[in-house]
Amino acid sequence: MPKVNLSHFEAAVLFAIFTSVVMGVVTKRTDRDRLHYGLYTFGCFLLALFGLGWLMYFGHG
Amino acid sequence: MAKEKELQQKQPMPPLGAWVPAVALGWLIPGGGHFLLKRNGRGALLLAAVTGMFLFGIMMQGAMFQPQNGDLLTTLINTGGFLGNLCSGILYILSVGFGYSQVDLAGHVHDYGTKFLVTAGLLNVLAMVDAYEIAAGRKD
Repeated sequence: MPKVNLSHFEAAVLFAIFTSVVMGVVTKRTDRDRLHYGLYTFGCFLLALFGLGWLMYFGHG
Repeated sequence: MAKEKELQQKQPMPPLGAWVPAVALGWLIPGGGHFLLKRNGRGALLLAAVTGMFLFGIMMQGAMFQPQNGDLLTTLINTGGFLGNLCSGILYILSVGFGYSQVDLAGHVHDYGTKFLVTAGLLNVLAMVDAYEIAAGRKD
């Protein structure tokens, strides 16, 4: 099995993609709602990723 | 909203034969329950997402948890992690069967890999719950 070496950002985005797909598929009842919820979840992940990233940057001094 | 919840709580338990095969197949093969219930599109998405998460966990050389006794936190983390790994079904069985054994290493890539492996199992649990709801007729 090949080994991969991802940065924090790449790994977190990959995590967000896979998780958002599953959250979208299992949560809602119509395909349209599933797509919207999956995109919404992915957006929330990215927002948290950038927000926490900047928070740590400023917190670190 | 409250009425809907009350109505859901009052629904009788569906017969075992209606949902056990879908949930069991869903555990063994991610998305398998959906394939059995003819929800092929959703099954394929679940299969791709859970398998992708698990494979990236392996490629990042994440560690598999083993149940351990010790203080409460150690027991919780290791037993919980082991159950999470186990929920990946055939992915876990095959990787352990083929001798995948990675010690816990320092470094963010391995750490992400360990979390990917556990999360793949937890996402599969969500897929199994969804398969149960479809099989029980509570969801389309």
